Amino acid sequence: MPGKLKVRIVAGRHLPVMDRASDLTDAFVEVKFGNTTFKTDVFPKSLNPQWNSEWFKFEVDDEDLQDEPLQITVLDHDTYSANDAIGKVYIDIDPLLSNEAAAILSGWFPIYDTIHGIRGEINVMVKVDLFNDLNRFRQSSCGVKFFCTMSIPKCYKAVTIHGFVEELVVNEDPEYQWIDRIRTPRASNEARQRLISLMSGELQRKIGLKVLEMGGNAVVGYLQCFDLEGESGLVVRAIGTACTLDKLSNTATSLLPPCSSPSKDMKESPLVHQPSHGCRSTHNSPIHTATGSRLTQNFSVSVPTLIYAGMRLHRLRSWGEAGHRQMGSVSKARQAVVPFSEDPNPVTHSSGPSTPLKNQTYSFSPSKSYSRQSSSSDTDLSLTPKTAASSPKGPAIFFFPSSPTLSSGSPHHKSAHLLRSEALHSLTPPHSGYASPVCLRKTVSFNEELLLAASGMGSGSGGKDGGPLKALYRQQTQSAFEHREFPFFTLTTFPSGFLVHVGGVVSARSVKLLDRIHNPDEPETRDAWWAEIRQEIKSHGKALGCHAVVGYSESTSICEEVCILSASGTAAVLNPKMLQDCSMEGCSEHRLSRQPSFFSTGSEKGEFDFFLQCQDSASILGLDDPLSLGCNFCHIPYDELNMPFPAHLTYCYVCRKQKVPDVLFTTIEPPLEAAVTGKGCLIQARLCRQKKKTQGEANATAISNLLPFMEYELHTQLMNKLKLRAMNALFGLRIQITVGENMLLGLASATGLYLTALPSPGGIQVTGKTPSDSSYEQHISNMQKKINDMIIKNREIYEINPPEILEEVLGSPIPETRQRSRLFRSQSESSDDVSELDLSHGKKDAFVLEIDDADAVEDIHSLLTDAPTPSGFYSCNTEIMPGINNWTSDLQMFTSVRVFRLNNVTSLTSQWLNKAFSDLCENLLKTLYFKLRSMVPCCLCHVNFNVALPEDELIQIAVTAVAITYDKDQAQYVSKVCTDKTLLRASAENEEQLQFTLELCMESQSTQCALLFSPSKAAEMTESGSLQPVTPAAQRATSVDYSSFADRCSSWIEFIKQKAQTIRRGSIKTISSLDKASPLAEAQARHRSPISCTTSTVVEMTPLSFIPGAKITKYLGIINMFFIRETTSLREEGGVSGFLHAFIAEVFAMVRAHVAALGGNAVVSYIMKQCVFMENPNKNQAQCLINVSGDAINFVRDTDVESAPSQSQASGLQTGNGSGDVVT
Amino acid sequence: MAVELDVFVGNTTLIDKDVYQLWLDGYSVNDAVAIRVQSGILEQAGTTPDVLESDTMDHYRAFQMLERLLHSPPKLINQLLFQIPPPMQAMLIEKYYTFEEPFVREVLGKKLSKGTKKDLDDVSTKTAITLKSCRRQFDNFKRVFKVVEEMKGPLVENIQQNFLLSDRLAGDYAAVVFFANSRFETGKKKLQYLTFEDFACCAEQLIQNWTLGAVDSMADDMDVDLDREFLQDLKDLKVLITDKDLLDQHKSLVCTALRGKVTIFTEMESSFKNLSRGLINIATKLIHTKDVRDLFVDLVEKFIEPCKSDRWNINDVCLFLTQYTNTARALDAFKHQCLWERYMGTVKSCILKMYHD
Repeated sequence: MPGKLKVRIVAGRHLPVMDRASDLTDAFVEVKFGNTTFKTDVFPKSLNPQWNSEWFKFEVDDEDLQDEPLQITVLDHDTYSANDAIGKVYIDIDPLLSNEAAAILSGWFPIYDTIHGIRGEINVMVKVDLFNDLNRFRQSSCGVKFFCTMSIPKCYKAVTIHGFVEELVVNEDPEYQWIDRIRTPRASNEARQRLISLMSGELQRKIGLKVLEMGGNAVVGYLQCFDLEGESGLVVRAIGTACTLDKLSNTATSLLPPCSSPSKDMKESPLVHQPSHGCRSTHNSPIHTATGSRLTQNFSVSVPTLIYAGMRLHRLRSWGEAGHRQMGSVSKARQAVVPFSEDPNPVTHSSGPSTPLKNQTYSFSPSKSYSRQSSSSDTDLSLTPKTAASSPKGPAIFFFPSSPTLSSGSPHHKSAHLLRSEALHSLTPPHSGYASPVCLRKTVSFNEELLLAASGMGSGSGGKDGGPLKALYRQQTQSAFEHREFPFFTLTTFPSGFLVHVGGVVSARSVKLLDRIHNPDEPETRDAWWAEIRQEIKSHGKALGCHAVVGYSESTSICEEVCILSASGTAAVLNPKMLQDCSMEGCSEHRLSRQPSFFSTGSEKGEFDFFLQCQDSASILGLDDPLSLGCNFCHIPYDELNMPFPAHLTYCYVCRKQKVPDVLFTTIEPPLEAAVTGKGCLIQARLCRQKKKTQGEANATAISNLLPFMEYELHTQLMNKLKLRAMNALFGLRIQITVGENMLLGLASATGLYLTALPSPGGIQVTGKTPSDSSYEQHISNMQKKINDMIIKNREIYEINPPEILEEVLGSPIPETRQRSRLFRSQSESSDDVSELDLSHGKKDAFVLEIDDADAVEDIHSLLTDAPTPSGFYSCNTEIMPGINNWTSDLQMFTSVRVFRLNNVTSLTSQWLNKAFSDLCENLLKTLYFKLRSMVPCCLCHVNFNVALPEDELIQIAVTAVAITYDKDQAQYVSKVCTDKTLLRASAENEEQLQFTLELCMESQSTQCALLFSPSKAAEMTESGSLQPVTPAAQRATSVDYSSFADRCSSWIEFIKQKAQTIRRGSIKTISSLDKASPLAEAQARHRSPISCTTSTVVEMTPLSFIPGAKITKYLGIINMFFIRETTSLREEGGVSGFLHAFIAEVFAMVRAHVAALGGNAVVSYIMKQCVFMENPNKNQAQCLINVSGDAINFVRDTDVESAPSQSQASGLQTGNGSGDVVT
Repeated sequence: MAVELDVFVGNTTLIDKDVYQLWLDGYSVNDAVAIRVQSGILEQAGTTPDVLESDTMDHYRAFQMLERLLHSPPKLINQLLFQIPPPMQAMLIEKYYTFEEPFVREVLGKKLSKGTKKDLDDVSTKTAITLKSCRRQFDNFKRVFKVVEEMKGPLVENIQQNFLLSDRLAGDYAAVVFFANSRFETGKKKLQYLTFEDFACCAEQLIQNWTLGAVDSMADDMDVDLDREFLQDLKDLKVLITDKDLLDQHKSLVCTALRGKVTIFTEMESSFKNLSRGLINIATKLIHTKDVRDLFVDLVEKFIEPCKSDRWNINDVCLFLTQYTNTARALDAFKHQCLWERYMGTVKSCILKMYHD
């Protein structure tokens, strides 16, 4: 029952003119919560009404408090006709329900109308009195805090991380209800906005309940999404990580984690041996993907696909066998959950150098209830004999990695197989055919265009040291995760020591046919879909020898009735101790002061595995043990004797003790302790695939058939681009596959890095297929030269100078690696030619690109044509760029949206499309660089691309990112402060100048402009504009040469600017006459100092979880807003661009207003999750839906902290210590 | 393949001053792109024309959205839609309201009506300022005029408060408003040599001394309209030229004071009566609205031109006017010292400002 909501309507301003006759408005306000409505008096004839209403009181259930939004409607009173609505404000009162968050919500909110946009502002105050509810059966979860931030929020410490929480609610979409035919667009939009607000409230409440059940008090990494399924309904779903958080009493507490779980505990804990652990093998490819297509209802196809991506693919030839030992394990989990009546093991393996589906096995397993067989299943069957017969026709080389009979069958392998099938049996109901999986497995070979070329032998006789111990350790870890249904974590940043190993990316996709949701109260279908996918992810993780999946996220892409569900994450081994009682505060405190470190490769004595187990204590003690080398997470989590997939392992280049893969892909942020050489960069793979316009099942099948190819292509591109940049790891990998009517778009973004622990990537080697042709040779060698030059250039750009390590010292532990030959593309030669391709051009690690057709040429061209980031810019899609540590507080968050029309898509070649799509992305980036040129040197962080195909021929790209400037000089911020101080002293002689200098040095030249206005104005200005970092454009943009007249009129700003430049240049001239400005300036400076620290209406927004150069003092609650905007006068509003520009600006404004009303001054972890844009230019109409979220916070700039110098010095010391730790 | 939609929205609205100026100058997007290309920005930033076009379009769109707010600068400061740092807000406002000399000289003193607006294309061709820019400047005049026309309190302050302009620009607008209100003739060929600044200074003097505000700080229209009472009283100055004795006495006093101090003594002596008559006649006729309009024409015709033809230099004019004003005080029969001061002080400042080539 318990809650009293109080609302007071204070005033309005800038209202629109509603009465043409008087050019004024008679405004009043309706306040509605649940079913109760209050009204204010009419304030006649004013555009700036002062209602000063009483407190309207609503007595409501806390369940309603959580679900319902407060709805404030501003209307124009009309005596004779119906009152006209001016607009509405929806206020989510959830932030007020937490006991430690804001006590009152008060401020100016934009009055929003879905047709007209923002129409004035209204000043509202909201309070909630909450009574304690001790009812055990309550349905509410007030007080559970929600954070979008993907790490433990700054001013909290995690007592326990409970794990994965998920929920979804479904409803009918008001837009598609019958009533929509008769109501106005406005009413329809408002119904939709309100419904979604309700649904997300309900969703949060339900998740909150789950969290309470688990014993937690917060959700971190909360990710909420809307699926607009059109006719079939509306789904709101969310995932997150349940935690128990403790507020840090003092945010400046020591950086040492108080976690004191002694390592002994771990060692003492009983070790559970699992005889089969060695067989728990699947892939270890950096990307481990399954693509499933399950059509709903009467049609059930299951096509899980494993895709090896990247480098691993190319190693297959030598490692093929080893690499394919893992067959079948993927489906284990699924089988446990989804009982298939017929086919035991729908496993698809893709492998081999050239195709994603080389060895794809499609098994269609109609469950008992479904009678229809898919036709493609027949094809599969018909193809099976072909593959089984190992006499490939033409160029095809068939390879059955899993089949001992085809490979040269080393005993080792056989045993592996035996072991595995045992394992399978233990997990799945015994199958008649399963004993010999080879025979039963149905394989599709796409031998027309694709083939698999994999041969050779591999034996996984690697270094055995530490193997058993590691296994023991893993089992311990496992036990901690065993009880969890889904050991997933949506977090992307972890406290040091938490992340033990990283296996690689795991992802799963599934194609579904949507149908109407019949019973909104039981969203079972959707739940089941996601449960399947999650099971798949879980099993992939297991296959990688990992027990947890971190950086986990889910997404959908919907076109008509087809929906692709995707999930991805990074398989990882976590420290269970940390999980139980860890304190994770300050997990990113260091990040700003992190320095690139180079490590001597001095060998460490001491048992590494021992160290693994006691690492947390070691980290507590801050010992300079191998942990601080920051290489641990790179070490393979799987058993190298039983590698799940073919990997090229070497000893870690940092500790030299453990094995590391040569390439590592992850979806997480680079761990704090990670040793990184040089800087990173944004790497994108882009792909466009055409498909026929079909309907229903056929469409779904077509899409699911395309998916694996796309994944493969994307991964190949990523790998190539990574090599080209001389890097060896990808972080924050996000692969988006978007489905449209007649094409599929794939966009993979990640931040490439050079991890010091991983081996240096070899070059790229281009080979042609017709070596006889001399001009062709010439062409090839030109290309090769270009590529080599590019690599060298990139090394320079990204400052990648890894410490020289003698190959011999490290030694390739696995001699076979020397023989491996890698292929980029399949070729049409016989297998004999393949060996010829193993051209050893001296560089044994070279990565071979073979040019055999136009496609390949195209690919290489696109490799080379990717425009380099202009100098002064870096870009990444992770939170920050490792290697840059002197960020300034100058930041600019932006959203850019582009829509392109492709004419006659069907007549275009896919190459052209690919190129077009790639160009679109490149051009967009170029525009961003140009737009932000005044911020140089800066880094575009958290670059988040979203691709959509709103219509047949339209491609929409939306990018949200933040540009942060950094100090070019490697000097730390502290020293900068010092220099500023000296500057101050230098200029202190002249008092007038001091004022200017002060402001300049403080980098918050907030209210200089107040000089322009009368003193009375100045105060007002100060209020509105304090703490604002000056837009760099204002400072740095070149000034225009105006006519003398303009000069005369030009303001003090010019003058101040000149002055600022003078001061910066260091040559301070005494300026004799400051005229009237000087007393004003003094007055203004006086005004400024008290106000700027306390009140500030400037709200920063950033997709990052922190504000550089500032300290987050308070989290004020989650912001989760959904807006619809529609227009029937598109041309009048400046066309589609004008319309969307205004809408995005409005969304920003509303987010800022809410944050300011909560008493905050920034939004962190801001994300625009959806931007659905539809237009109909013929009807002069357009509609757009935007969903954004983030965490409202309050921060204090380091420069504004009272004891700024001492503090910054202290932090300087700390950073010094930190770096010292790392280096030693 | 065509770009259908292309927007960039920053949390802090990015504003490129150069593009803003081009927009203010009334260039179309294409022209602006061309101008930017010529400025060598492509090479500087290492980018392509399409990027530049996209950027320019984007800025233009943002400016169009801002324009509505710029019409009422306090709104720009308070609005929530665009987050703009205060210095940038000030810049936007200042530049938006900045007007150009050739334009203002065409419009100064004209009625800010629709009729004048229709003639703006002529002004545009004459001044080589784009019609768009002319319209903006004209609308700014009109807007400021409308807002402050009926307001109490000092004109410059009113403008400053309602439009948040710098002192100088607010002063200029005060001049424009003042001139428009009294419809002073400034377009005559004889006045062509005068700059806006000259007029602005004169306006400042007139506002300070001849309006209602000069005597009553809370009167309606205090700064916009001339003090009718004062103008009425000016008739009393006629005695200085109608009374022969007074005139001679005045002349001899001035001559005594200036003997040996000015180079053109003889010319001064001979034209004294004419000049004095000219100045006093201007004063006595000011009660007629038409003659108020011709104030500057009259000053030029009746005083500045004769002096110029006699090759007085500015120093001579200054000395003459000082003595001419001061000596009248010593005339026993002359009883309108206060009035005289108020009239001559302003006229002297105006003439000195206007006395150049």
